[in-house]
Amino acid sequence: MRVKSILLSAREGSDWTVPGVGWEGFRFFAPPPSGVRTRPLGGRGREWTVPLREGGGALRDEKKLPPSPNAHALAPPPFPSFPYGLRALAGGSRYCVHVRREGWANMSTCSVSKGCFVFKPKSKKRRIASTADYFNDSKNDSEDSGLRFATCESLWKQIKSETEQIQEELNKQLYDNIIRFLRRSHSEFQEKKTEWTCRMKSSEIPTAALVLGVNVTDHDLTFKRLSEVLQDNVTPYVVSLQAKECPGIRHLLQKLMGQLMDCYVEDDQSEEEDYVTVSKKRIRCSLDSLTDWYECVTKKTDSETPSKKRTSSSRWESPPIVVIFKDMESFTTKVLQDFIVISSQHIHELPLVLIFGIATSPMIIHRLLPHSVSSLLCIELFQCLSCKEHLATVIDKLLLTSKFPFKLSEKVLQVLINIFLYHDFSVQNFIKGFQLSVVEHFYSQPLSVLCCQLPKAKKRVNSFSHEQCERIRSLPSFRRYVESQVSEKQIALLTEDNFVKEVTQILLEDLHIYHENYFPVLKCLHIFTSSLPKYPLGKQIRELHCACLEKRVWETEEYESALQLVRMLCKADLVAMLQKCVKIFMSFPGKEFGNTVEKLKEFLAQFQNLEAEASKVQDEPMSSQKELQKKTDLYHLQKTLLQLKDSRSKKLTKFEMLRFEVVDFIDSLVRNYLAPAEMQTLHEVVYFSAASTLCEHLNAAPRTALHTALNKPYFYLKNQALKSDAGCFSNKAPDICIAYKLHLECGRLINLVDWLEAFSTVVTAVKGTDADSVASDEVDEIIHARFIRAVSELQLLGFIKPSKRKTDHVARLTWGGC
Amino acid sequence: RAPHVLGARRLAKKLENISDDEEEQEVLEQQSYVAVLGAGAQDSCRNGPWAGGGGEVYSFQTPKRSGKMAELGMFSFLSWSNELLVGSCLNLLNIYFLVPDFHSESESEYSASCSEEETPKETSDEVFDRKTPDKSRVASTPSMKKTPAKKLKGDKTSSLVEEYFEAHSSSKVLTSDRTLQKLHSRKLDQQTLRDLLSKAPPTFGAEMKELSQQYESLFSKWMLHLHLGFNILLYGLGSKRDLLEKFRTSLLQDSVHLVVNGFFPSITVKSVLTSITEEVLDHVGTFRSPLDQLDFIMKKFKEDSSLELYLLIHNLDSQMLRGDRSQQILAQLSSLPSVYLIASIDHINAPLMWDQAKQSLYNWLWYETTTYSPYVEETSYENSLLVQQSGSLALSSLTHVLRSLTPNARGIFRLLAQYQLENKDNPSYPGLSFQDFYQQCREAFLVNSDLTLRAQLTEFRDHKLIRTKRGVDGVEYLLIPVEVGTLTDFLGKEDEDV
Repeated sequence: MRVKSILLSAREGSDWTVPGVGWEGFRFFAPPPSGVRTRPLGGRGREWTVPLREGGGALRDEKKLPPSPNAHALAPPPFPSFPYGLRALAGGSRYCVHVRREGWANMSTCSVSKGCFVFKPKSKKRRIASTADYFNDSKNDSEDSGLRFATCESLWKQIKSETEQIQEELNKQLYDNIIRFLRRSHSEFQEKKTEWTCRMKSSEIPTAALVLGVNVTDHDLTFKRLSEVLQDNVTPYVVSLQAKECPGIRHLLQKLMGQLMDCYVEDDQSEEEDYVTVSKKRIRCSLDSLTDWYECVTKKTDSETPSKKRTSSSRWESPPIVVIFKDMESFTTKVLQDFIVISSQHIHELPLVLIFGIATSPMIIHRLLPHSVSSLLCIELFQCLSCKEHLATVIDKLLLTSKFPFKLSEKVLQVLINIFLYHDFSVQNFIKGFQLSVVEHFYSQPLSVLCCQLPKAKKRVNSFSHEQCERIRSLPSFRRYVESQVSEKQIALLTEDNFVKEVTQILLEDLHIYHENYFPVLKCLHIFTSSLPKYPLGKQIRELHCACLEKRVWETEEYESALQLVRMLCKADLVAMLQKCVKIFMSFPGKEFGNTVEKLKEFLAQFQNLEAEASKVQDEPMSSQKELQKKTDLYHLQKTLLQLKDSRSKKLTKFEMLRFEVVDFIDSLVRNYLAPAEMQTLHEVVYFSAASTLCEHLNAAPRTALHTALNKPYFYLKNQALKSDAGCFSNKAPDICIAYKLHLECGRLINLVDWLEAFSTVVTAVKGTDADSVASDEVDEIIHARFIRAVSELQLLGFIKPSKRKTDHVARLTWGGC
Repeated sequence: RAPHVLGARRLAKKLENISDDEEEQEVLEQQSYVAVLGAGAQDSCRNGPWAGGGGEVYSFQTPKRSGKMAELGMFSFLSWSNELLVGSCLNLLNIYFLVPDFHSESESEYSASCSEEETPKETSDEVFDRKTPDKSRVASTPSMKKTPAKKLKGDKTSSLVEEYFEAHSSSKVLTSDRTLQKLHSRKLDQQTLRDLLSKAPPTFGAEMKELSQQYESLFSKWMLHLHLGFNILLYGLGSKRDLLEKFRTSLLQDSVHLVVNGFFPSITVKSVLTSITEEVLDHVGTFRSPLDQLDFIMKKFKEDSSLELYLLIHNLDSQMLRGDRSQQILAQLSSLPSVYLIASIDHINAPLMWDQAKQSLYNWLWYETTTYSPYVEETSYENSLLVQQSGSLALSSLTHVLRSLTPNARGIFRLLAQYQLENKDNPSYPGLSFQDFYQQCREAFLVNSDLTLRAQLTEFRDHKLIRTKRGVDGVEYLLIPVEVGTLTDFLGKEDEDV
């Protein structure tokens, strides 16, 4: 056989590869020279990496390479003569020759032979870059960024643990119910195991259908926690299955057994391990083998438990195997059916319990499973707390409390709620948005260093530098405050740092007190407004909160109408509400509300008295009734009726008087305490208000952005040439914009030639004058190339695709503008 | 000549009808669509950066100009070719641009060309004359068109829907039949394209630089977000490759990172995973499936908290990575707390790749980075180019593979290639049957048994140089899956060498 040597050609800035062919039949005749690294490739063969030397000298020192991008512009060192001839042998063993010049290749990530590039730092001692390093905003690198970051982190940690706790509490009931269900179904299994009559019945698999709602993203956490709870309290054998892991029954069983044996291994590690690892490979995945395994395991634990594990009383003998189907709707019908039918055959030996996670409605079980199969299940339904209630709790615990110093402004809260309501119903995402706003706030607002507990914040104010004081002075709300002061004080505020610090401390305290008062009154107002017909101020407390944050709530029409409605409430309702309010105010520790509570109690007492008085008052209307009956004359009747009406409207009953008093009292509370946050001085310190940033990052509109960029380049490229009146389109726009504009005119298919023609007409019009010099049937090559580029870019963006329906046509993929 | 005239006349008639009714309607519908989009945009991102431009962005031309230009366009097409259909010319030269006095100039120019080139001069001139006053009337009363547009707003959505189905209902395509064959420079290969583009003057360099500087100032913020558990997704017009490269070279030099070119035509998730296991984790061994591999990676990263990996993916939405399974794996990978993913997307429908579950795994923070820089690398692979499939890569790979083979093997391939070229005009050419091929090779003293031939064929097949197909009669047919032009070039080159 003939041997032919291969020339390696080099292209600057990229790997040196055998051009055109990645895989070749090559072999090194000599053993690989020193410095050549070899590495097995996925299939057959090895990859050789050859460090190249500059002019035969030492390896190029990477550190000396300038990190600037013009490193590419440096002339590459000459390709050295390769000491060992790289020879190719047809039909020999196969290698891939992949010559990469190290150092240079470090800079480049384009290659015709591969798409993944791994880069490792050269120095062994890695600089430990902490997150805090990136916290520094380059614009105003203030000295306190470290402190801010620490504050941010600790605050977020607190919030996070709080949310987890909320989640836990909310789901506790559900978990308890499921455990009770397991216990019950399992006891049946144990007791009636021997009875023949129950054998018939016991081919039914106990099943818990868990309706979780459409917020799929939150389910993971629920299931994770559920399996933990079950493992702690009921059984070590808990398996979670996802539809995407189980395309067939075989995969399902594999996954099932794999997870079961894993948890078995975890349970008692020492001697069983080899047994399991061996069996894991060997055992055919079937329920028979699963049954054998189960028997073996339970026997062992039975014999061992007296000595070892009697302490945990919660562990039962022959614990059930719980199989959780996380997303039941996504499973293929056949897999589910097969699994259920097969396992129902084994139910006497294998205490199997299924849990279906359902996102839609329990009806889906019957739609997925035919009657013959679903009759094998003994289904009990469990309802998870709805995501809306979950959100309400989260908002209540995170936002409507003065526990956390950080607050959201009305717009931000609105954005987050809108994303929740109109996009995903995901509490998880809401919390993510909340996290982002925390981070953004601390990152962008230098004074957020004061966004911590009051005593700490006061201390921090004391150690403020002059610059930071200047920052306080430049806050809009502080400026407003200064303007409202007398002139001497104004001067002092603007010139003396110490005075500013003092005032800031006082203002921070005011802000704190404002919050402490705000939330109880808000909740109190919510009690009154939440049960009114048509809910003028919203049904949920978050809506009321938004309304109060937005502007002075007592000036709005909705508030007016709400008060009108409250004035018409009946006594029983009013009393109940007042009692609730008392409870709320009592639960808040501030002494501010001592008087309020007393006043409310007084009202309640008066209502009580009314009842006593009521019996006395009853006579009067009775007498008038009697009078009414006496009159037979129509004229007189009318007159007395009018009199009655007058007297009624003039003379209010005691109850009505009292009711007005109550409403006025509530109104005064609202006016005193529910002023919008934006009116408070220093609110910028604790309120995050950049709603647009949040919206941009969480709820982006990539298509709108593309369309804007293509349709109105001036939005991004601030060039006067692109500025055009509304309606017209500049022909100096980037090529892709012109091509896009032209394609909007077309129908389903676009003729490339016509498109090109139109494109060149527009483009040559830029040059303006010499349209004649271009021959009518000859298209300028450069314009052609530009057109090609624009078209292939449009293809990459997904606006068009090649079509085979007609030669030289492309199909349009978007619709509109036609 | 007769059908010629007839055609032109029919066209003229058609034009008359269309220009009066349809065009007017078209403008209306255009505007109503604009209204829909504008309203939608304003609603959806009231707080977004588009707050100012929501409505304006979508506005089109004044109807006056569009009417006139359309007319001009029609006549210019008329002068070029007779077989044009109305649809395409109406559509395609309905271009709007700001050229002072372009209108009056070109009008005279076009009418001149009409009279020169068109043989049925009278007819077309007549048409032109008859139509001009008609047109100008329409054009001079643009306000008339605008008023009903407002009325239409009520059922704008339904009209939009109807429009869509109308356009897709008929299988007839109203475009001209011209092909690129007729143009001189109809096909360019990659190299010439690059050369030509480098000659083209760069536009808006300063503005683009300003944009990218604006984005570069966000680098540290990106790092912050990455470290806080978010992943970064870049979107917007223009290649984001340079931006990401700059990010990589300026901030990631001291950490382990993996760059994935999503636009690379043969990238797979498996190769991404393999890069991680083999080069980052230094693991030797194979895996049964990507899922196993993923499990392994996740386990490793969970065990060792000091492991960190920055994952840069250019074009996460590329053909090869957009599949559900790939996205699932990448999403799971990115959900690891010590894997930091920063990716870019370009396709307009890219967000459709992800359902809620995947999105929550990815935990994206979106960043708009509109750069306007050309997609050089992204479109440099031949498959993404629409207009010119040069086959130069195929040719060079052919040459290189064959150069490493024995002369006999080359001879065998030549035989097959020649035979295929002889049959290039036969559309139903099935390929060369193995028996015939063997006979020919034997006659040329290239092989001595069919076993040797088969061995050679295996070699070819491994390099994807030939394809075998079984015919209906069970005979094996051999075919070179390369275009005729490339094959001719190849044989020509071979002859030169010899």
